[in-house]
Amino acid sequence: MIRVVLPYHLRNLARVDGEVHLRVDGEPTQRAVLDALEGEYPVLRGTIRDQVTQQRRAFVRFFACEQDLSHEPPDTPLPEAVAKGTEPFLIVGAMAGG
Amino acid sequence: MTGVRVLVGTRKGAFVLTSDGRRQQWDVSGPHFAGWEIYHVNGSPADPNRLYASQSSGWFGQQIQRSDDGGRTWEPVGNKFEYEGTPGTHQWFDGTPHPWEFARVWHLEPSTTDPDVVYAGVEDAALFRTTDGGQIWHELPILRNHPSAPSWQPGAGGMCLHTIKLDPTDPGRMYVAISAAGAFRTDDAGATWRPINRGLRSQGIPDEDAEVGHCVHRLAMHPSRPDTLFMQKHWDVMRTDDAGESWHEVSGDLPTDFGFAIDVHAHEPETVYVVPIKSDSEHFPMDGKLRVYRSRTGGDEWEPLTDGLPQENCYVNVLRDAMAVDTLDECGVYFGTTGGQVYASADAGDTWAPIVRYLPPVLSVEVQTLP
Repeated sequence: MIRVVLPYHLRNLARVDGEVHLRVDGEPTQRAVLDALEGEYPVLRGTIRDQVTQQRRAFVRFFACEQDLSHEPPDTPLPEAVAKGTEPFLIVGAMAGG
Repeated sequence: MTGVRVLVGTRKGAFVLTSDGRRQQWDVSGPHFAGWEIYHVNGSPADPNRLYASQSSGWFGQQIQRSDDGGRTWEPVGNKFEYEGTPGTHQWFDGTPHPWEFARVWHLEPSTTDPDVVYAGVEDAALFRTTDGGQIWHELPILRNHPSAPSWQPGAGGMCLHTIKLDPTDPGRMYVAISAAGAFRTDDAGATWRPINRGLRSQGIPDEDAEVGHCVHRLAMHPSRPDTLFMQKHWDVMRTDDAGESWHEVSGDLPTDFGFAIDVHAHEPETVYVVPIKSDSEHFPMDGKLRVYRSRTGGDEWEPLTDGLPQENCYVNVLRDAMAVDTLDECGVYFGTTGGQVYASADAGDTWAPIVRYLPPVLSVEVQTLP
């Protein structure tokens, strides 16, 4: 299972507490994880990546294993620790705003 | 017992304020969608328990929320707003072509007859419609394909379609307003559109009488006279009596004719309300006095309404979608401020009192009169 940590507002929107656990078929990539996440929680479509262009929203970042994966191509395999579920895939909202 | 429900959108959530017909004691519910910008909450005239809210965030984009129980519970519905065809370009602030990009929904206007039909005015300016209660939204693209569209430019707040007025006597007729393009009308349910800006004069554009390019802030219409519209333009309060074919200025003796909000009394089509705001740049009430101005003559002659409103050290703004009226026998008038107050008058503006004082900045106010 892939462990995903959502930011506060998206946890509220999806009505979940804590981590989300997702089953991803095949090699886990950023795209595969987001596809699985949006499939499980359709309300999250458009909140992390644009629904039309599939581009990551500007103030959203992807972290895992103390690395910023935000600028990785979406089909790059995620770190093995994420794939094994020992480390979570973090979806982070930028710390900014009033 | 008859009552009212005031729907308030703020920078940090939505609030629902309810009262009985006396409008003295208020119940405050919220914040709903705490932390999100709520540009607009509006109810269906055909089913007062059906509400729609535009919820957006610079981080996480657009959501549309729907309530079927008058705002007690909400469910997210469709949030995909995709421009029809190739989006094309409009002018950017520096005059260069800029691709149309969806930013947010500014205004939701439910049909007068069908609670599942809603129009959405969005930034970058376009008009969308749902016919299934908000699940799927389709653009009405003819407006954005108007030959003048590549010349449209954003105002300081973005290039937004912020006003939608449906003619209750003619299902094919609709008015919209775009900052800073102007007002447009369709007579065939969106199959064709044309600018209706003749008579507007705007000093901030190269051709003061241009067909498009005017910074219209808001339109108001009394349902019994759908050919008569009142307009608060960036400068000037305007009036048309021929569905926008021609406009004339009715600013009259206002202390300043800049402002955002404008509305019409529920039972007196010649009674109009505005909130004059000092501009350019300051965008707060003149002399620190929050004054609503009322005309009982359809414009030109205006009286300040001050009883119950702060008359010193007040530097809030009243935004374009933040004024509304109820339809009780004695018309109630409501407005919200960027300082977080929502004021109500149960006597058509003669006296005012705050319903709430400390909300986040108020973006929109709508009122439902409940059976």
